[in-house]
Amino acid sequence: MKVLVPVKRVLDYNLKVRVKADGTGVDLSNLKMSMNPFDEIAVEEAVRMKEGGGGHPAGTATEVVAISIGPEQAQETIRTALAMGADRGILVKAEGEVEPLAVAKLLKAIVDAEQPGLVILGKQAIDDDSNQVGQMLAALLDWPQATFASKIVVAGGKINVTREIDGGLQTLSLETPAIVTTDLRLNEPRYASLPNIMKAKKKPIDAKTPADLGVDVAPRLTVVKVADPPKRQGGAKVKTVQDLVAGLKAAGVI
Amino acid sequence: MTLAIELTEAQAAIKDAVEKICAKYDDRYWAHTDETGEFPEPFVADMAAGGWLGVAMPEEVGGAGLGLTEAALMMQVVAASGAGFSGASAIHLNIFGLMPIVKFGTVEQKKRFLPPVISGADKACFAVTEPNSGLDTASLETRAERTNSGYVITGRKIWTTNAQRASKMLIIARTTPKDQAKKPTDGLSLFYTNFNRTRIEANPIPKMGRKAVECNTLFIDGLEVPKEDLIGEEGKGFQILLTGLNPERTLIGAEAVGLGRAALARAAQYSQERVVFGRPIGQNQGVAHPLAKAWAELEAADLVCFKAAALYDAGKESGAYANAAKYLGGEAGFNACEAAVMAHGGMGYAKEYFVERYFREAMIARLVPVSREMILNYIAERVLGLPKSY
Ligand SMILES: Cc1cc2nc3c(=O)[nH]c(=O)nc-3n(C[C@H](O)[C@H](O)[C@H](O)COP(=O)(O)OP(=O)(O)OC[C@H]3O[C@@H](n4cnc5c(N)ncnc54)[C@H](O)[C@@H]3O)c2cc1C
Repeated sequence: MKVLVPVKRVLDYNLKVRVKADGTGVDLSNLKMSMNPFDEIAVEEAVRMKEGGGGHPAGTATEVVAISIGPEQAQETIRTALAMGADRGILVKAEGEVEPLAVAKLLKAIVDAEQPGLVILGKQAIDDDSNQVGQMLAALLDWPQATFASKIVVAGGKINVTREIDGGLQTLSLETPAIVTTDLRLNEPRYASLPNIMKAKKKPIDAKTPADLGVDVAPRLTVVKVADPPKRQGGAKVKTVQDLVAGLKAAGVI
Repeated sequence: MTLAIELTEAQAAIKDAVEKICAKYDDRYWAHTDETGEFPEPFVADMAAGGWLGVAMPEEVGGAGLGLTEAALMMQVVAASGAGFSGASAIHLNIFGLMPIVKFGTVEQKKRFLPPVISGADKACFAVTEPNSGLDTASLETRAERTNSGYVITGRKIWTTNAQRASKMLIIARTTPKDQAKKPTDGLSLFYTNFNRTRIEANPIPKMGRKAVECNTLFIDGLEVPKEDLIGEEGKGFQILLTGLNPERTLIGAEAVGLGRAALARAAQYSQERVVFGRPIGQNQGVAHPLAKAWAELEAADLVCFKAAALYDAGKESGAYANAAKYLGGEAGFNACEAAVMAHGGMGYAKEYFVERYFREAMIARLVPVSREMILNYIAERVLGLPKSY
């Protein structure tokens, strides 16, 4: 089974986000960019399916293809996936904001060409938190989907996915081909080793444009304003439990 | 050769991957090793597992075959993570210490010696300095007497880092007495051999910082060394040793810059957070300027370090720059650590804020592996053409 893993280049999760003074977006200049952490989890799962591990026998995935949509530098994000163990990459070069629907359409075009048995995506990207691409892609392909996966078991031609839902866990059984999106607890992604970083340099990355794939990526949404969250009010220290309870009551929290 | 200002894609990936490993070992971890003297075993194991110890080793023996630039980058990232010299010195010798074997070892020696160092199975130490000769290496007194099957080494060494845990030792000893050699620097030979504890007594030296990575005095009494463990030609040990010195100086410079950056990051954060007289202390230029100056000095030293590395990687003479890199890195690193302690006020003296450990470790790069004075001697003589002073 071939597995596709889309990976997004986002502001590194360790960095503090700075909103641009004019409120049009977030300042990305000279800041470290990394792979979206949920996508790292997706790559890790796919590579385990290929190499064996995390409950998957080796060979569960026959090939792992990493795809990124973004500027030229998104190639670095693909290289990271290749260094983790993906086999090859596809870069769809697109400058500026590409909205979730356009991303899903681009991915559909790639899926049509590649014919994978499974697409594993991060449940959301930590920059815009849209949480839409996986679902939209499933709808466009008319494939079954399981979002927020905390466990994936491939058995007897089916993909059994445990999902984290409010108040517990749900297990779904999907026919292939299918779409799965990852949650935080699915696995702990590996660090790239030096030999694998060296190998990744030699793995192929195919470059495409939205036009090649016949997709119009012009934005359909307008960002009205981006603002910092309200500044946190200073906390207060209390001396006794009684004071604490009284304070919470006064604040209307309990 | 061009000096790159931006990292290549592979270098950025290396930086990122090493940062991720280092992120597992925070300042509290290193404070603990500094307190207890516990060697950072899990950190070294992680670095070995990721193949990092072989960064500059040839591909034929399982290394990555990368250059000094990548090695310096990696070591700088380690130091800058807050690991400082506690982390950097724990792996430093693996990175370029065995260059003499890479350059002068036989095919058989490379196969026998290098893979276990890359995997972390063998731990090496480097026994050059002696109590009675100091920087005057040509006057060292340790002797290697020829026997039928090889040599027998007897003598004393000092400051040998890592000897408590070493399984191997790179050691330089006299094979021809100084008065019988053509030049004082002739007649020394280099060996890479088992650290046989029945013949070597190693005693740790209580010291100022970096407690996690100990230094020792060695008493070597009749250590038998098979002739297969002689590196390069007999009598040419000094010249062979020199081949590893420029990369080592460059690495130390880069590590010191990394340590300085760790200190500066802490100082900048503290200066934002600490409010006195109704404003963050960093708003006072008296606090801000020393930090800004430290930044500028670190960046300048960094450029010289990577210039030295680029020259070395291009196969060009790098001596002057390697020496300058070690000098400038050491000074800039130290100044940044000092500025960081000062910016913390009294808290700079408290272990809780970590900068006092950096400050103690920053002294290492000023003293080791060669003193500032000897570097300036080198530059005065070789670059400026002034007469030799000693
Ligand atoms: C933490 C640490 C780790 C070390 N690890 C190792 C190791 O693993 N292996 C190893 O072999 N060694 C190691 N060393 C030793 C180190 O390399 C030496 O300390 C260093 O080379 C200086 O030698 P020395 O201490 O004998 O100084 P000395 O030679 O005694 O010099 C003392 C002072 O006199 C100055 N001086 C001497 N001659 C001149 C001159 N002609 N002109 C101007 N100034 C001069 C020097 O610059 C220095 O300031 C380590 C040292 C330390 C502190």
